[in-house]
Amino acid sequence: MYLQYKKIVPFYVYQQYKTEDVIVLSIKNLVFSLFCLKNHISYKFNILSFIAGVDLLGLKYRFCVVYDLLSICYNKRLRIKIFLDETTFVFSVTSIFVNANWWEREIWDFYGIYFENHPDLRRILTDYGFEGYPMRKDFPLYGYLEVRYDDTKKRVVLEPVELSQEFRTFNFESPW
Amino acid sequence: MLLKKKDLSLNFKNFTINFGPQHPAAHGVLRLILELDGEVVIKADPHIGLLHRGTEKLIEYKTYLQALPYFDRLDYVSMMAQEHTYSLSVEKLLGLKIPRRSQLIRVLFCEITRILNHLLAVGCHAMDVGAMTPFLWAFEEREKLMEFYERVSGARMHAAYIRPGGLSLDIPLGFLDDVFIFCKQFFLRLDEIEEMLTNNRIWKERLVDIGIVTAQDAVSWGFSGVMLRGSGVPWDLRKTMPYEIYNELTFNIPVGSNGDCYDRYIIRIEEMRQSLNMILSCLNLINEGPIKSYNYKINPPSRVELKNSMESVIHHFKVYSEGFIVPFGETYIATEAPKGEFGIFLVSNNTEKPYRCKIKAPGFGHLQALNFMTKGHMIADVVTIIGTQDIVFGEVDR
Repeated sequence: MYLQYKKIVPFYVYQQYKTEDVIVLSIKNLVFSLFCLKNHISYKFNILSFIAGVDLLGLKYRFCVVYDLLSICYNKRLRIKIFLDETTFVFSVTSIFVNANWWEREIWDFYGIYFENHPDLRRILTDYGFEGYPMRKDFPLYGYLEVRYDDTKKRVVLEPVELSQEFRTFNFESPW
Repeated sequence: MLLKKKDLSLNFKNFTINFGPQHPAAHGVLRLILELDGEVVIKADPHIGLLHRGTEKLIEYKTYLQALPYFDRLDYVSMMAQEHTYSLSVEKLLGLKIPRRSQLIRVLFCEITRILNHLLAVGCHAMDVGAMTPFLWAFEEREKLMEFYERVSGARMHAAYIRPGGLSLDIPLGFLDDVFIFCKQFFLRLDEIEEMLTNNRIWKERLVDIGIVTAQDAVSWGFSGVMLRGSGVPWDLRKTMPYEIYNELTFNIPVGSNGDCYDRYIIRIEEMRQSLNMILSCLNLINEGPIKSYNYKINPPSRVELKNSMESVIHHFKVYSEGFIVPFGETYIATEAPKGEFGIFLVSNNTEKPYRCKIKAPGFGHLQALNFMTKGHMIADVVTIIGTQDIVFGEVDR
């Protein structure tokens, strides 16, 4: 498998998790590599299953973007990863896979990773006017603002979160 | 004051309307901004996220077992299919084999879930388009199926029945007999629903040639499940990448020819028949045996053992308080959920909590093609297309 992918894409690392193939690409090679993998007759990865972001807080390259490709012709899956830090941006792959549109919007919304050349990079799942990137590991689970209906103002108001009890995380040092 | 012809503006502005978020045909909380030229849709811009609950974030703060019930609440009409995918992904990371009986019961319930989902899909679709009766019939059958859920797990919908390492409980006595009785009469119910719809003139007028997707478009939009098969691509993960015992079952994959809403309706009906046959063969194949793995670090011992051995009590306590540790790894498991390819991308970091759990919901992928599918159709067809996509907002918004 390693050689098979080495022939077509210039990847850094090839990983195998059980039966799943993963390759790590550099950001500048991403778009062209996806183009080749999609259109080359002996690969035909023509479906983009999803794009996911992963926050690896504490590492030099903080974010990882995962692209999962599916080849219907050869019944194969391939995961592609790119690593980036907070200041770099990724090139959008919407020109190759149309359905990358919303997946990239979702990552922008959740992680704040900017996609260059994206046709419509708006927030998607969070509320209108939401601030911050909620899936980052340093974003607290309970968020910063809470919503309630104010009876005197006759509308919904946003207020800073007030916790009646301190948020508890159970991090066990386990000998299990 | 006379109006001169040159003063009359001939550039009419398109009309923009809000469809939803509280529209009964929007299948939940979809806010759709439609740009209309007369009654023809120029552009549809779905605004989603009104049901966003931060499931993926919450899962990162829960143990592997505590995260399981969130999957029932994603797509709340095909509950067990999602638990199943999650359990498979955890088992893959753990390298855990599960007993055959539990695999068969899982498949049995996955197919029951498929019927449950397609009944709602077809029923609600019919109601959106204007036929009330099939909806009522479908819900009566759904009630029976949810009773099966209740009998094995105690909950009608959010079962949390399929767990990493097997099942939570064994099926009760006499359960399989009742499933058999259900199957026998359900073929008739399906025929009745078909009698109402399949050759119905109004139904055909509303569905035939609406929302046509060619095979090439379906692939490039990343469709899966019925949406992909409706366009004539014979792709079913149960056949192509079999999991559990699907390679032992014989079933056919119905495939559409025109790729319109009517084809997808026919496929849903046919898939229900195939599911029924699969349920019947599961009933024949089912054997005696354990229903969860004997790894006490993951599946706690039975109540009987709990009464007799201190070791078992410790295991029980540790599993339900701390949870179990999953070694470093990552995996993407996709299964054929009723709506399409439902996948879990799970990253573990040798602790008892998932590091990242990405949920690939089929509805999310389908809904973003709504603009492409509705363009050039009448506004009433938007409802038909939302219905045929089988959108449920629990999974789209996560």
